[in-house]
Amino acid sequence: MKAASMNAHPSLVVGEPIETRAAIVTEPDAMVRFEAISKTYPAYRGKPGVNALQNIDFGIPRGSITGVIGRSGAGKSSLVRLINGLEKPTTGRVIVDGRDISALAGRELRLAQRSIGMIFQHFNLLSSRTAADNIALPLEIAGWAKADIKARVAELLALVGIADKHDRYPSELSGGQKQRVGIARALATRPSVLLSDEATSALDPQTTRAILDLLANINRELGVTIVLITHEMSVVRQLAKEVVVLDAGHVVESGHVADIFTHPKHPITQSFLAEVIGDSLPVSLASRIVPQAAAGGQAVIRVQVRGAGAGDTVVARLARELGLDVALLSARIDEIGGQHVGSLTLGIPLNISGGEDAVTRTLAWLSQYQFPAERLGYVA
Amino acid sequence: MSPELINLIVQATFESLYMVGIAAALGTAFGLPLGVFLATSRKGELFAAPLVNRVLGAVVNATRSTPFIILVVAIIPFTRFVAGTSIGSTAAIVPLTIASAPFIARLVEAAIREVDGGLIETASSFGASPIQIVLKVLIPEALPGLLLALTLAVVSLLGYSAMVGAVGGGGLGDLGIRYGYQRFMPEMMLAVVVVLIALVQLVQSAGDYLARRVNRRLRHR
Repeated sequence: MKAASMNAHPSLVVGEPIETRAAIVTEPDAMVRFEAISKTYPAYRGKPGVNALQNIDFGIPRGSITGVIGRSGAGKSSLVRLINGLEKPTTGRVIVDGRDISALAGRELRLAQRSIGMIFQHFNLLSSRTAADNIALPLEIAGWAKADIKARVAELLALVGIADKHDRYPSELSGGQKQRVGIARALATRPSVLLSDEATSALDPQTTRAILDLLANINRELGVTIVLITHEMSVVRQLAKEVVVLDAGHVVESGHVADIFTHPKHPITQSFLAEVIGDSLPVSLASRIVPQAAAGGQAVIRVQVRGAGAGDTVVARLARELGLDVALLSARIDEIGGQHVGSLTLGIPLNISGGEDAVTRTLAWLSQYQFPAERLGYVA
Repeated sequence: MSPELINLIVQATFESLYMVGIAAALGTAFGLPLGVFLATSRKGELFAAPLVNRVLGAVVNATRSTPFIILVVAIIPFTRFVAGTSIGSTAAIVPLTIASAPFIARLVEAAIREVDGGLIETASSFGASPIQIVLKVLIPEALPGLLLALTLAVVSLLGYSAMVGAVGGGGLGDLGIRYGYQRFMPEMMLAVVVVLIALVQLVQSAGDYLARRVNRRLRHR
């Protein structure tokens, strides 16, 4: 019976997908590859030196949307600036589209930079140029002919959906429109990689969603590899297929978004996940939880659920298979990379005498199916 | 006031405008590149050359701290070498230029430093060379500030040009001293001051207007 129901709910089986976790590291056809990278900023004017990045070794798959997530100071900005040669690694190599960009300098580097676009948190548009002229800037620098620039700019304005803003100055545009100009400018020279440095962090949630949709379209239609630097879990969740979690200059986890966030291992990854699914209880519930059992009350158990439909299944099967009157006290379930992740807070009835055999059976059942669970206390 | 005197004022006004105009143009020709370099040559910057930056900075400071009237006298041999004479409006252009170039350089430096560093990084990210960054990013973005700096420089030059009268430079200041002060003609002094005030007003208004015209940072234009 167990085997049958496990087949019916394959997502309930919590295996350890080692090979998918490793995929991002061993990806043979990487667009960007970091090889044994470290980056140290030397001591300067009494400030001690900083080891911004250490032992960085991974590849970013060609055509992917890869998120690099970390808290501020984790080394994200340094990492992304290694890709377009704005910074040089202290040790190691950065290979972009088959070329060692960390070894280039001067004119060679500037030519290589034309195939790597970048967008910024604060847009970084020239206030003295119109939207169209901002987009034209990288083309002027690359030495395009005037007529070609004009045609390309019109095409780009249409691509990012602001063809009507051609002659507007940045001061006349909204944040979302400015970032669209930034995206068009970054794509002007037809780059194969687009770097996004917290590109939506200065935008409201609705505008963020629109910009992320635009980036997804660009990735799909132009095949541009996108590297997203962010401290916001919602950005990774909405857009990225691959993710690299950075903490204190180290890659702590990397792989497919669904795998990483359905089975987060590192505390940092878990804390990012908590931002989406929440780990706090409603105040009205939290205030009622007491450490001692009371006859006729309930034990409060929090269960982490992972996988499609897992949340419904846990409650339904606990009720059916153990014959328990399970109360759902609080729940938060979200979808990441097509997988459900969340937590349920359940009330398991105690005996009239305050006995806990139902609680023991529940915890045993949860542990059998590998749902992490913890006992928070009791409510009357 | 007699037609002769009015004629003198008109002639002196043209002399002043001539000295100030040429000196401002030459001062900008030297001061603009110098100011851009001062703003971009510290450690880690676009044209990083910290030692040269410090030396040029010291030279600029030395020139700026020398009182103008002393500068004029001190460089008379140099003036004679460049202009062929040390007397007259053309000769006066030499010390005016030497005084205004470092002044303009410092104003330019301040205006260029006001440009958001993120724009330099952005231009670098799409492969702009340092010269392209200066010409296509820094100067256009700093243009409102640069125009105000130039306005300030011209106004200061009008004041300095009155001083070169003391060494036979001609112009309004010279007229004011010789007629108004030495010949006890207060109406001449008044006329000179009125013309100078009008010129300063004109220059300042024109500068403000142009700076506002090219400033796209504001919503209200």
